[in-house]
Amino acid sequence: MSSLNMPQWGVWLFALGLGGAIIFLGMSIRRHHGVHRSLFSWPYSLWIAVFTVVPLFLVAFYAFTDKAGQLTLENFANFWDSNREMKQQLIAMGYDPIVMGMGERGTVNVDTLVYSLWMALMCTGICFVIGYPAALFISEREFKLGPTLIVLFIIPMWMNFLLRTVAWMTLLEDNGLINTLLQRMGLGRVRLMYNSQAVLLGMVYNYLPFMVFPVYNALSRQDYKLSEAAMDLGADKWRTFSRVTFPLSLPGIVSGITMVFMPSVTTFFIPRALGGGNTEMFGDLIERTFLTADNWNVGSALSLIMMLLILLSMGLLRKVDPEGEGGSLL
Amino acid sequence: MIKFLKRFYLVIVLLFLYLPIAVLIIQSFNAGVSRAKWEGFSLKWYQELLQSPTIMEALYVTFTIAIIASIASTILGTLAAIGIHAMSRRPQAAMMTMTNIPMTMPDIVTGISLMLLFIFTRVERGYFTMLLAHITFDTPYVILSVLPKLREMNRHSYEAALDLGATPGYALRRVILPSVRPGIITGALLAFTLSLDDFTISYFTTSPLVQNLSTLIYSETRKGVKPTMNALSALMFVALLILLLAVNYRSTKTSEAK
Repeated sequence: MSSLNMPQWGVWLFALGLGGAIIFLGMSIRRHHGVHRSLFSWPYSLWIAVFTVVPLFLVAFYAFTDKAGQLTLENFANFWDSNREMKQQLIAMGYDPIVMGMGERGTVNVDTLVYSLWMALMCTGICFVIGYPAALFISEREFKLGPTLIVLFIIPMWMNFLLRTVAWMTLLEDNGLINTLLQRMGLGRVRLMYNSQAVLLGMVYNYLPFMVFPVYNALSRQDYKLSEAAMDLGADKWRTFSRVTFPLSLPGIVSGITMVFMPSVTTFFIPRALGGGNTEMFGDLIERTFLTADNWNVGSALSLIMMLLILLSMGLLRKVDPEGEGGSLL
Repeated sequence: MIKFLKRFYLVIVLLFLYLPIAVLIIQSFNAGVSRAKWEGFSLKWYQELLQSPTIMEALYVTFTIAIIASIASTILGTLAAIGIHAMSRRPQAAMMTMTNIPMTMPDIVTGISLMLLFIFTRVERGYFTMLLAHITFDTPYVILSVLPKLREMNRHSYEAALDLGATPGYALRRVILPSVRPGIITGALLAFTLSLDDFTISYFTTSPLVQNLSTLIYSETRKGVKPTMNALSALMFVALLILLLAVNYRSTKTSEAK
């Protein structure tokens, strides 16, 4: 990497920011006749500026520049057509890429993105189908074990996700436990790992608690008198559920979907561990572009695209649940 | 009958969640190397674990970073929460947005952006950079556990202390801090667990020479999982379980006290 030297304007910008901060601080102290309590957040503001804002600007900087530091949109073009760089090299060397059979658009990046979105959607759907009934049954008032059970649902979430995935590897491997059992029972071995289903299984396993918990929260906070009232007014069980309980749990569903979908899109490691080579997802693609291909500019462009995607889906989900009532893990 | 079916469903889901963990823990006591065959009970993987210098070093890195990062982020986050709480509406909203950004950002982007920062500023990646990264992602969680406690507090008690002649520093120590203490402790424990558990951000902000447990497990899985990893998983699971029970016990106690 040749262009890593901080440019002159960077130094000036830094000095300007520091000076501005000191002046602002001085003015604030003067106005409040002493140290106002809001100044306590200054160390944190500074920390955020250095470790959150500047790094994000760096990602944007690399995404919009080429290796020489010139402004360009080339990286996004490379995202769209992964063969672009190679084609340009061929042209520079005097070959015609179309004659060489390289004329087509390389779709690896876009395909990976679509595949990741599809997998994340599937994972969210499955988590909802499995998780909602579970949350519903746990939250029932007459079920005394409920509060204990929900803790049992949360515990695996806190276990290192690498270890959880490794655990599935030991079960699914060709010589793993399930295959050994199958063989003992006289059935042949089955290839369980190295396909999309195994990746999906690993994802659902990892993210299921993220669906159960917020839905449980929303359901157990509900005023039980409402559904009792519905029953008293003559609604049957199904009608009470579909007209009262379910609509009132929507905020929980929204935050459950958020908490499953967001990390699913960016899933990292699980596809490689359980899926073998041909199930790469977007998180792995970013990592590979940065660390293996050593192409920071395209890697940054990919990261930016992913962030945009996340912000977009966050915005969409916010619209459904503007107050964030579903609550988060905290 | 319906009640039985519901219970049965819950048991199945819980089995799905716990079976892999249980298998992992049982395997850690298996004398043989093979994962599919039981060759008798033994503690030899645990012994090997304790004698492995790489694992011990990773353990040291993980725990010291978790401790230092949780202390630093608790101080930083508590001060920030008090400051944010005292702000007027607009700067408060701005600060909360800034706090939410790292929490909504995918881990991989956080990790990569920090990696770019360290390379750009020519700080060699290793223990120190990993520590900085951990403080960065821990602090928002501390803020979010302290702020609700500040909002619950009687807003006049601080002013009353000042009216009665307390200096702002004294009032802070004697009025504000004691009433938000549960939030601070929950935040600190949360920061500690998150830091203990983190893989993605650590992976991008450290060098291959300085590994915590997660990055070590990652590089081991590439070579094939060794039985010592099972023993390690079992130990970490138990450690996390104890920590989580402590957090949970605390939060139920504080919510009962309300």
